[in-house]
Amino acid sequence: MQRKDDRIVITGIGLTAPNGNSLKEFRESLLNKRSKIENITLRYIGEVHAGVCHFDALKYQNKRDVRTGTRSGSISIFCANEALADAGLKISDENRSATGVYIGITEHGNVETENEIYNISQFKYDVKFWNHYHNPRTVANNPAGEVTVNMGITGPHYCLGAACAAGNAGVIQGIQQLLLGEVDVAVAGGVSESIHTFGIFASFKSQGALAFHSDPCKASRPFDKDRTGIVVSEGGCLYVLERLSDAKKRGAKIYAEVAGYAMNSDGTHFVLPNPDRQAECMQKAIRNAGLSPEDIDLVNTHATGTKAGDIQECEALRKVFGGSSRFPYINNTKGFIGHAMGAAGTLELAGNIPSFSDNIIHPCMNIDSLDPECELPNLLLEPVEAGGKLKYILNNSFGMLGINSVLIIKRFAD
Amino acid sequence: MTREEISTAIISIINDILPEGDCSGVDPEKKLRDQLELDSMDFLDIVMELRKKYGIEVPEADYPRLATLNSCISYLEPRMKNL
Repeated sequence: MQRKDDRIVITGIGLTAPNGNSLKEFRESLLNKRSKIENITLRYIGEVHAGVCHFDALKYQNKRDVRTGTRSGSISIFCANEALADAGLKISDENRSATGVYIGITEHGNVETENEIYNISQFKYDVKFWNHYHNPRTVANNPAGEVTVNMGITGPHYCLGAACAAGNAGVIQGIQQLLLGEVDVAVAGGVSESIHTFGIFASFKSQGALAFHSDPCKASRPFDKDRTGIVVSEGGCLYVLERLSDAKKRGAKIYAEVAGYAMNSDGTHFVLPNPDRQAECMQKAIRNAGLSPEDIDLVNTHATGTKAGDIQECEALRKVFGGSSRFPYINNTKGFIGHAMGAAGTLELAGNIPSFSDNIIHPCMNIDSLDPECELPNLLLEPVEAGGKLKYILNNSFGMLGINSVLIIKRFAD
Repeated sequence: MTREEISTAIISIINDILPEGDCSGVDPEKKLRDQLELDSMDFLDIVMELRKKYGIEVPEADYPRLATLNSCISYLEPRMKNL
C-alpha cells in the first residue's frame, strides 16, 4: 500500500474535441473563440446539431479494428496513445502490468444496439443477421478494454458509468488506484460516442432540452438568456496520472498536480439538479484539498445551456464563493464544443490546464445576452491575463440521477 | 453468376473484412488463412456477408469448404449460379 499523502500529478494529455485533436489545437480554439458544431443527419430524427470529432482513427488502429470495435473504443484508443506518447511513456514489459485504464462513460451500448436493431429491421427482424460482435461491443468495459487490447496493457481496466460527471469520475478513480498502489501509471478520463445514436437526441428533444439555432456554432450557449438547450457532442480526453515520486524519477513533464476531489449524490431527482448538493460537493472537494473557497482562482462550470441547470449551478457557486473575499474567475467550455457528455469533465479541465503556463484564462462562448439569473462576479466573456497568480482550478461535472463530481488541480511547484 | 463473378464477389467481401490491403493477389489453391491476416471472427463475417448480400446460408459443417478461394467458388457456384 502506498501512503495516502502521496502527491498525484498529470504527466500526459490525449484528447479529441470537435474543435481540436490535441491539447495545443484545442487550447488555441478556446483562446481564439473558435467553436465547432455542425449539422448531422441521423435516422428517425433527421438533422440535429452535434459536436463531431475528426481525429484520424487509423493512426492507431487498422481498418478491421475500427470496423469491429466501437466509436468510443476508437476515441479511447486515440486519446490513450496520444496521452502516453505525450507523457513520454511506452508500454513495455516493464510497465504493462502496472498500468491501469479507467474511463468514465455517460452510457455505452446504445449506439451499437440501435445499429443492430436497424440492421435486422432490413431483414424482417430475423436475428440470424445480428452481428456476433454485439456482445464485445456493448459490454460496459468496452472503451477501456479496447485500449488494453490495442496497446498490450495488462493492468486493470474498467469503465465508470457516471452520466455527465463521468470524466471527473474516471480521473478520480485513477487517482485512488495510484494512492492505493494498485498501479504505477493510470490512464484516466472520459469519452463519449453519444452522437451516433438518435435516442440521446430524441430524449433531450422530448424533454424540451435539445438546442436549436440557425447557426449551429451558436446553438450551445450556457448562461445566455436566449439559450435553447443542450448540443450533444462526441469527444474524449484521457490523462496520464502518476505519483509525483515516479514522475520525478523519470524526469517527466508535469502539467499540474491533483489538489483534491469529491463526488456526491443529489438523492432527489432523475433529471433536475440540486444546487445544495452541488455546493456541498464543491465544498467537500475544497476541504479535501485543504483549501478555503478564497484559494480557488478559476471554476470551469458544468453548465450545459438548459435554463434550470445553468441557474442552479450559479446558485451553487454563490453558496460556495459568495461569502469569500474574492470570487474566482468563472468560465465554461460547452459554448465552444457542446456537451461532450462522458468526456466533458476531463476535456473541459484539459482546456484550462495550459493557463498554468500561458497565464491566460479562456472565456465562455456565445453569451450575447447574459441571463440576469446567471450574473456572477468574474464570469468571463473575454480571455483575461491571469499573470502568474493562477494556482487552483476547480472543475465541475454533474450528471443525471443527481451525480456530482468536482476535481481541483493546482499549478505544480516542487 | 459465373465463376469469375463469384470470385470477384468473394474477393470484394474479404477485402472489406481484411485489416489492411487487398486479397486479389492470393493463390486460389492455397488456404486463405495461410495467406491473409484473417481470424475465426473474420470468417464469421464472411459467412454473414454471404447471408446478407446473397441470401446464402453456410452451415457450420461446411466451413472447411471455404478454405481456399477456389474451394469457395466451387462450393458457392451451385448456390449462386442463378443469382
